[in-house]
Amino acid sequence: MKKGKKRAKMGPWPRLQKFWDIRAAGNFIGGGTGSGLLMIAAIFILIGKISIAAIIVGAISVSLGLLMVFLEIGRPWRSINMFFHPQTSWMTREGIVVMPLFLTAGLAVFYAGQPINITIAIFMGFFALVFLYCQVRILHAAKGIPAWRHPCLRPYIFSTGITEALGVAVCIPGLMTEQGLWIALTIALTIRFLFWKNYLKNLERDGAPEASCAVFEEINPKVQLAHIIAIVLLVAAWLTQMPILAVPAGLIATATGWTIKAIIVTKAAQTRGFAIPRTPVRGQGKSRVLGRQR
Amino acid sequence: MTRYVMVADLRRCVGCQTCTASCKQANATMPGVQWRRVVDIEVGEFPDVSRVFVPTGCQHCENPPCEEVCPTTATHKRDDGTVQIDYDLCIGCGYCAVSCPYEARYLVDKAEFAYGDEPMPNEAKRFDEGKVGVAQKCTFCIDVIEDGIAKGFKPGVHPEASPACVNACISGALTFGDIDDPESPASKILAINETFRMHEDLGTEPGFYYIWDKKPEDLLG
Repeated sequence: MKKGKKRAKMGPWPRLQKFWDIRAAGNFIGGGTGSGLLMIAAIFILIGKISIAAIIVGAISVSLGLLMVFLEIGRPWRSINMFFHPQTSWMTREGIVVMPLFLTAGLAVFYAGQPINITIAIFMGFFALVFLYCQVRILHAAKGIPAWRHPCLRPYIFSTGITEALGVAVCIPGLMTEQGLWIALTIALTIRFLFWKNYLKNLERDGAPEASCAVFEEINPKVQLAHIIAIVLLVAAWLTQMPILAVPAGLIATATGWTIKAIIVTKAAQTRGFAIPRTPVRGQGKSRVLGRQR
Repeated sequence: MTRYVMVADLRRCVGCQTCTASCKQANATMPGVQWRRVVDIEVGEFPDVSRVFVPTGCQHCENPPCEEVCPTTATHKRDDGTVQIDYDLCIGCGYCAVSCPYEARYLVDKAEFAYGDEPMPNEAKRFDEGKVGVAQKCTFCIDVIEDGIAKGFKPGVHPEASPACVNACISGALTFGDIDDPESPASKILAINETFRMHEDLGTEPGFYYIWDKKPEDLLG
């Protein structure tokens, strides 16, 4: 929010949700990066360049994300109950798809180098894709938080999962010399940045709570700088053929994505607040029609 | 079919919070938990200002976003239109709470009491461990309603079958009843008044109506 800008003329104001904290953000951080890495690992298997490290790091990352959820919930020993509602709940769907995802990841490591691994990789990539999509939809289904349910957040969350995974991939020994990854990361960074800007623009336009917009405006210059530095490092790595320059680019790409996710889930998660479209008729016999609340 | 709804007459509500207090007493909620509360909204700029008291809580939506996201089916909509929570199924993930546009849900991580760690005798007697670590919200006092119906009372008409907040309201601002029954108090008052529901643009179809004026005479026939 720009200084001096008038607040909407009604309250009480939206307030920060306290139900999901950094542990919930951890699920999106670990799950997004991990599923993205497993997708990348699947593609590598399909082109005949298996990376066991990428599969293991990806699976561990997803596991850590789920562990964070386990730590977040109030009754963790009942967590088996979360599989009861696949009809509509994206959280249930995420929990269900993680089982075949881990299974195929394990099989991909076990059958490394064998012809059957192509089939396994296709399934692993598919389940990783579905897992990431579930994460996208989990936030979107939260109707109480305008910054989460905004449709422009969906492509951003998806693209940042892929970008973070590529960022980790260029840091993995054995993959860091793959120039195709450098190009892919450069493209992913560009796409993510465009989705980020689109999200911010439309969030403001569609009347999200001012506090949410203010948090994003505060972080935005750093996000822009991080993307520029990462892309410059990747171009420098390509020009000089020095893979070591791609590593900090990858770290920046990943750290930026993680930071933004943490901010989205924690600091920017303002509720919609309460609003009435008009005041009751009392006394003077007039009703005041009210504008949109922010 | 039956669909229980609440009607709040904003012209009558004086913001006394008696409904809030009666709800806390009836449902023995912990400190900081208010299943029924009254939001104090100020509009306009000095000197042209208005103050509106808006009773709120779970809106028992027709399309409850909390039910859609619940991974356990603990949150469910009943045939009578109310949205309820099965405390034995709930895992306390909080997803329903961030999905509710009406800030109606609460999660209590550990038992808290009005005067420190030790409960008062009345709190100890009514303490329910099952509500710790899980989501909780307004039930429309469904246990009272069911008990009252079993005894032959009519919801919204007889206090024995009506929510505590409705029974306690000092100004008659709250009305309860089955909107599918044209003879219920809720249907009758909705028929002659102009109403709105909160955040209708989200498509949740709340079961909580707010009266802001009477209908014009020509519309009433």
